[in-house]
Amino acid sequence: MIFNRLFSGDLPRSRVLLMVLVAILAGLLLTPFVFPGAKALNVAAKICIFIVLVASFDLLLGYTGIVSFAHTMFFGIGAYGVAIALTRLGPTWTAVAVGVGAAVLLSLVLSMVIGLFSLRVKAMFYAMITLAVATAFQTLASQLSEFTGGEDGLTFKVPELLSPAFSLSEQPFLGVSLDGRLIAFYLLLAITVALFLILLRIVNSPFGRVLQAIRENAFRAEALGYQTVVYRTWSNVLSAVFATLAGALLALWLRYNGPDTSLSFEIMIDILLMVVIGGMGTLYGSVIGATLFIIVQNYLQDLMRFASEGVSKVPFLRDLLHPDRWLLWLGILFVLSVYRFPTGIVGKLRSKARGYS
Amino acid sequence: MNSPSTPTPFLDALPAVKLDRIPLLLLPVLALLALPLVGSFSTWVTLTFAGLAMGMIIFIIASGLTLVFGLMDVLNFGHGVFITLGAFLAASVLGRLTGWTESGSLLLNLVAVLPAMLAAMVVAGLVGFAFERLIIRPVYGQPLKQIMITMGGMIVGVELIKVIWGAQAIPLPLPTAFRGSLLFGDAAVEKYRLIAVVVGLGVFAVLSWVLSRTKLGLLIRAGVQDREMVESLGYRIGRLFIGVFVAGSALAGLGGVMWGLYQQTITPEMGGQINVLLFIVIIIGGMGSVGGCFIGSLLVGLMANYTGFLAPKVALFSNILLMVIVLMWRPEGLYPVGKR
Repeated sequence: MIFNRLFSGDLPRSRVLLMVLVAILAGLLLTPFVFPGAKALNVAAKICIFIVLVASFDLLLGYTGIVSFAHTMFFGIGAYGVAIALTRLGPTWTAVAVGVGAAVLLSLVLSMVIGLFSLRVKAMFYAMITLAVATAFQTLASQLSEFTGGEDGLTFKVPELLSPAFSLSEQPFLGVSLDGRLIAFYLLLAITVALFLILLRIVNSPFGRVLQAIRENAFRAEALGYQTVVYRTWSNVLSAVFATLAGALLALWLRYNGPDTSLSFEIMIDILLMVVIGGMGTLYGSVIGATLFIIVQNYLQDLMRFASEGVSKVPFLRDLLHPDRWLLWLGILFVLSVYRFPTGIVGKLRSKARGYS
Repeated sequence: MNSPSTPTPFLDALPAVKLDRIPLLLLPVLALLALPLVGSFSTWVTLTFAGLAMGMIIFIIASGLTLVFGLMDVLNFGHGVFITLGAFLAASVLGRLTGWTESGSLLLNLVAVLPAMLAAMVVAGLVGFAFERLIIRPVYGQPLKQIMITMGGMIVGVELIKVIWGAQAIPLPLPTAFRGSLLFGDAAVEKYRLIAVVVGLGVFAVLSWVLSRTKLGLLIRAGVQDREMVESLGYRIGRLFIGVFVAGSALAGLGGVMWGLYQQTITPEMGGQINVLLFIVIIIGGMGSVGGCFIGSLLVGLMANYTGFLAPKVALFSNILLMVIVLMWRPEGLYPVGKR
């Protein structure tokens, strides 16, 4: 069956999950036509980018069982690669290729070095070391200001096809003007789907199985003759490369990049939350986690503003429901999901489906 | 700490631990290396004092973290919350005592700062107790979950602090008598830094005394070395651990007060920002070793101040560089602990 092949034999395996995934894909596809306005399109684009980023992090955390806090570093490398190349070389496709290529190469080398040096040690140390390296990298990016634009970041032009000024036809199609933004969005969506399917292929390959074996019992995997350090390092490298590509997409979409948009530690926390809430060790979890989180991030505040006004007489509750405190509720959800359903939403749905069949 | 103990002539005394002195030499070596680079002697004295003060504060914060790890293999990524909590509590307490803090009399100032520190320690300790019970206890022995859950605890904690105190930075001015500097020849040494060094030495002295001269300390040290053995001798390591966790949280609260007064502005994110530094310190010291943590803190403090003066751009890298050098020399830190 073609679907089975396309999804590498790893179908959603739950009717509810399948429906949710189809709904998310349809929602993304139809966003420009159904939800007018720049905000909706930006949210949809962000969802696409984070699906790739979170899926690549899941390869590391969920499939291999490595906690790394340097994932945004690779995300940032991708974004800065495109940003710097487009600023220096002008808005051409060659520049995009150069930027992406250089960024991927840098990520490759960096992740390989970090992996080989520190993946021998225990999970705890790896988490700490990556945290230190990522912080150092963030400082480096804001210090090299003539190169990276420092704290202000870089604003640049993208190739003409993707810029808002480009127009495919004078007539709007179904009330939507066919400009470069629209093309950029669909290009982004197509790349997201492609990268996601490639990742799905990777985790369901024999290589992916070894990663899961290492996650379950590294000692036994080693005893069976798999060199865990090598596999862990490859997992690290692959996940870094996909994160870099996600970063490149982000820069192309925003036409801007700065330390806060791609390197900050807040994004790292966001990714962690998305993976865990969606479901570790299943790539569909990253789709659900990223979508849920970003929608909540962008629209929960409106809801909370409403609720906060409703209880404006109650002093403490009012502050708890203040729109800026949305992360509090997601944090609590995160803690609860680590305890109660460590396999996340997807794991829950799948076990439910198994129970009924 | 884990070097073989030598038999003591006094049978009733607890066996003394033979001290490995080589890491102690690192401090004067680093300071002397910096002297020619800095050039002027008075500047060097100022920088050295600033470094020692910063190191002492970091030590106060990190000592609990390293013990908690040593005892239970729990690395608390949420340790920063207690720092922030301590600093904000101090701001609240000192804010109510402005009459005393602005009086200019050293005695009244101390009287104002002491309850602030006490409040920070007590509340941070209590919150630490709840944190251990609610957040950490259910995930003992599962490192992956521990990292995530303590991170989650940190997120929730920081957000709750924002709910109570607001999200913006608040000033935490030094009491009047703590401001200004003392002159030793040409070298100016800020008064508050002297106080920080004194408090830090005090905490170190008390900790060393408890750890090396009391039964409780003996149990803690034994637990760090070999948890199962202590358990099999009939001691409840869980209780010991919760005690250490609470004490560590209280110390982090105290450190938060000191750090807040050092920076004079506090933000809800301050605890998270210092986390990286703490990790570097406890890795350098050897995870679980208080003595190593002490030397590591001072090294990091000195390094940060020297490089901050000589080459501000590499200040953060200098600490990572320091860590790499130390780990190349002793891969398990200055004072490797236990055998795992």
